[in-house]
Amino acid sequence: MFPTPIKKRTRGWQIGYQAMIPVVLIMWLLPLLAVMLFSIKPEADFVAGDYWSLPSSLEGFKNYGKVFFESDMPRYMWNSIRITVPTVIGCMILSSLTGFALGVYKFKANLWIFFMFIAGNFVPFQILMIPVRDLTLDIGLYNTVTGLVLFHVAFQTGFCTLFMRNFIRALPFELIEAARVEGIAEWRIFWYVVLPLMKPALAAMAVLIFTFIWNDYFWAVVLTQGSETQPVTAGITSFNAQYRAAYHLMSAGSIVAALPPVAMFFLMQKHFIAGLTLGAVK
Amino acid sequence: MPASKYEQPKRSWYKRNEIAVTPILFLLPGVFFFAVYVIYPVFQSFNISLYKWDGLGEAEFIGLKNYQKLLEDRAFETSLWNNLKWLVLYLLAIPMGLFISLFLNQKVTGIRLYKSLFFFPFVISQIVVGLVFSWFYDPTFGIFTKMLGLIGLEIKGGVLGNPTAVTYGIIAAGLWPQTAYCMILYLTGLNSVDPEQVEAARLDGAKGWKMLWYVIIPQLKPATFIAFVVTIVGALRSFDLISIMTRGGPFGQSRVLSYYMFEKALSEYGFRMGYGAAIAVVLFMIMLVFIAYFLWSMYQEEKGAH
Repeated sequence: MFPTPIKKRTRGWQIGYQAMIPVVLIMWLLPLLAVMLFSIKPEADFVAGDYWSLPSSLEGFKNYGKVFFESDMPRYMWNSIRITVPTVIGCMILSSLTGFALGVYKFKANLWIFFMFIAGNFVPFQILMIPVRDLTLDIGLYNTVTGLVLFHVAFQTGFCTLFMRNFIRALPFELIEAARVEGIAEWRIFWYVVLPLMKPALAAMAVLIFTFIWNDYFWAVVLTQGSETQPVTAGITSFNAQYRAAYHLMSAGSIVAALPPVAMFFLMQKHFIAGLTLGAVK
Repeated sequence: MPASKYEQPKRSWYKRNEIAVTPILFLLPGVFFFAVYVIYPVFQSFNISLYKWDGLGEAEFIGLKNYQKLLEDRAFETSLWNNLKWLVLYLLAIPMGLFISLFLNQKVTGIRLYKSLFFFPFVISQIVVGLVFSWFYDPTFGIFTKMLGLIGLEIKGGVLGNPTAVTYGIIAAGLWPQTAYCMILYLTGLNSVDPEQVEAARLDGAKGWKMLWYVIIPQLKPATFIAFVVTIVGALRSFDLISIMTRGGPFGQSRVLSYYMFEKALSEYGFRMGYGAAIAVVLFMIMLVFIAYFLWSMYQEEKGAH
């Protein structure tokens, strides 16, 4: 293990280390802690120019209540859910198919198609922006959740295919051969042999895509407008324009908007990290 | 192997060609979507960049005129320089992530929770990160301004209001989640470092920096490669932070190509799709250099695997 395990060091080192971690952590998260502090302060504190002292009264309930009941925030959150969930499902379906095809079969174009998915996945969004916006307008899906979902599913298929294909490659191929010898149809092999084994990879992928899409801002402003369809990331910016100096509401709103991916991360931590670090070890 | 024909002479065409046909059927929906929404648009953008087009009326073919205009456009030049700053400085996330991961790679009580909390900035959206940092930098009450004040420094107009400091300020904000991402990659990498090699090196008297440089970092190569890929892609995709923190200001000094393109194409003063597409093409060409390198590395690895 590197660095040398702290247990092998002197008692002094150990205590010093244990004391240092929380200090470093607080420094690391300082900007976030500030927002948390802001979100429970009363408006009067900001008016009085008193930003950093302890809140003169705890107004957490009031601030968050306002965000939930008197702003467009719940609407934006609902839109985010309507965009994110179908995208995740769509990606899981498409990429388990493509991943299976590229992971199991040997044919000439295999590696080329695989590389097409990878290369497309790295493309800057701006080169897609004008044509995708036009296409979405042409098929009458501009400013609809469906239009945004269709694009997200298509684009994320690149990353997801990479993910699933590499996962399937790592499965023991004998399983598939054994099934073929038994005369089982190929689609049945997919459905009954490979798909059940893909569950952990699908879970990891779902958490990642959920976070990516929830946090997307660019496509939200390119393909949608207004509180009827825009997700929470775009909502925050219009919230920002509306409540510019209302730091207590802005911070409460931001925390609410950030919460779902954070919750997802803490609930599914193992899957999340397994997904993100795919390929980081051989 | 599929059973040969003479066993069952009446097998359907699909049955006989199952192994060849199945992958095509399985690939069809994914490839179709990807081609329509990703591959084809890249070529369309190239085409649009040769036109003058407001997005509504008739497009007028003007050849390479948009690119000629780019050469004289000061705002484009600033954006290009800023992109370069992003590319270089964003890479700092890799060593910073490595050091945090080394700091956290211990087995003490609660370390799992600490690791997740350190990773936290990556999970929240860049919009929220941008908002948080613009308060952090606020010229009247921001903690950063106060801290600078303690050591007697002052940035005129605040970090985000100062034409020289602004890009660095935004990059620093971007480094925060990016470092967290690199950290998690390295933590996973460190987990799989071969303990025998480390012990052997220790017996040979290697420790500290030497051990890190000659024994550990070579073993972390896959993690470094991925950290490099995601950091470069992240640097060239920087849009959200600029959009929420400065909208490209002050005086357009914090623009990058991705933001400038958006601004031109969907400008409030009339869409300039052709010009926007030309900017996007430049950005794409920069990315293409890296994409080619990534694919080449992956190809080498694929070859090695078979």
